[in-house]
Amino acid sequence: MAMLTIKDVLETTQMITQNNLDVRTITMGISLRDCCHPDIKVCAAKIYDKITHKAEHLAQVGQDLEAELGVPIIHKRISVTPIALVGESCEAADYVPLAQALDKAGKAVGVNFVGGFSALVDKGYTVGDRKLVASIPEALATTDIVCSSVAVGSTKCGINMDAVAEMGRVVKATAAKTADKDALGCAKLVVFCNSVPDNPFMAGAFHGVTEPETVINVGVSGPGVVKHALEAVRGQDIGAVAETIKRTAFKITRVGQLVAQEAARRLNTQFGIIDLSLAPTPAVGDSVARILEEIGLESCGGPGTTAALALLNDAVKKGGLMASSYVGGLSGAFIPVSEDEGMIAAVEKGTLSIEKLEAMTCVCSVGLDMIAIPGDTTAATISAIIADEAAIGMINNKTTAVRVIPVPGKGVGDKAEFGGLLGYAPILPVKTVKPDMFINRGGRIPAPVRSLTN
Amino acid sequence: MRIVLTIVGKDKVGITAGVSRALAENNVNILNIDQNIVSGFFNMVLIGDMENAKVDLATLKKVFEDLGRQLGVEIRVQSEAIFTAMHDI
Repeated sequence: MAMLTIKDVLETTQMITQNNLDVRTITMGISLRDCCHPDIKVCAAKIYDKITHKAEHLAQVGQDLEAELGVPIIHKRISVTPIALVGESCEAADYVPLAQALDKAGKAVGVNFVGGFSALVDKGYTVGDRKLVASIPEALATTDIVCSSVAVGSTKCGINMDAVAEMGRVVKATAAKTADKDALGCAKLVVFCNSVPDNPFMAGAFHGVTEPETVINVGVSGPGVVKHALEAVRGQDIGAVAETIKRTAFKITRVGQLVAQEAARRLNTQFGIIDLSLAPTPAVGDSVARILEEIGLESCGGPGTTAALALLNDAVKKGGLMASSYVGGLSGAFIPVSEDEGMIAAVEKGTLSIEKLEAMTCVCSVGLDMIAIPGDTTAATISAIIADEAAIGMINNKTTAVRVIPVPGKGVGDKAEFGGLLGYAPILPVKTVKPDMFINRGGRIPAPVRSLTN
Repeated sequence: MRIVLTIVGKDKVGITAGVSRALAENNVNILNIDQNIVSGFFNMVLIGDMENAKVDLATLKKVFEDLGRQLGVEIRVQSEAIFTAMHDI
């Protein structure tokens, strides 16, 4: 084995100590398919027992690896089989007790989120799907760490416009039930098109039906590291930018791969995937928007933003793919507004609008994410935003998502405060012209043609 | 397990001696030392072998945190794995 050079060691150390390199999350996927039971109390008990058994050592292994490797591992999380599938055999009218079992189990093993209070209704609802979706507002209001997601469309199935219409109402109801916390419930609720079964990131993580009994998926991060690396190629051509991002993404991903393999070994389960993501935090020096500005934009959100983001997203994937044996999840640069210091600044300056964010989601992961909108935005308008975003995903064969927060009692000029990693967000204006007749039609948007691609 | 010690701080007499003594006391074998001084700043990367060490990594980290405070430098102790993953392809 070659000896490490002082330059290599100090580079890694600087990434960690000065540029916020971290492993964003170790997420353990756990199948709950063997927890079904007609009595919801028994089902809830089985869920609790299985999670606390399988994830008993998850938090400790994360802490051990953090200490040994000297790299922060920010989150330890759990994703589970979509609860609509697990609850389907229950005779109960709603699945709130199952969300409460997830909450209790997650807290018992010391993770900070449990994802999978979910339903997949790309083409239509089963009985369990209906009960689950109807349970979401109460489930998110009565739990702390449970995350919910609903898949409403895909490239193969088209878009379920009945579900799109309902999710507008569910987002509003969730906001109303958590109004005292600036609609915090909506920060834990994602609506997907082309949802993925192995995503380790919240709020959209769930353990898909194609996944094994348990699995370890890891999400890497490091916007600050990429920004710092790009400072060294100021003035050089755009090829140098792409090359620098690739090299940096490679190094970041190698750390994720190491952590994932080692965590899986110690937890006696299998390594699933690395999610190649640039996940920002509200901390200064950990922003995706600031990378776009380093590439040469005066402010994120102005003309050129989509092109710079496309370059960034693609280069991260190219570098990361070489560094990991298995890549999956959402893999791309995230642009959650409230969780990115540079995005917040761009909104405050007035250079970043919801329409530009929508354009940006065509070329990156994942969608309209953590965007605070006026509290009087109607359910139909939220549904129409979801439909637009789902259409981008469906046509472009990519995952898209909507996580918007209509903050009760607040409007443009106000701020929503979520605290911690969820950050804060100035409220973005939304056009108020009515899409109601479009949304009220219901039905399905047919699956798209995959040829004649203009 | 092989470990990497990274020592960074203002140069002064006795840093290398102090670090080596602490390693010897805990029976950690030194495999390689790479050190330089850049404009008065001391940089050292030391690779050690913990196979016959008297203590575990968590304890050793604590020992060097305390020593770093005494010597006025920052000492990080990490498994070598993170560096080889990133730089040795």
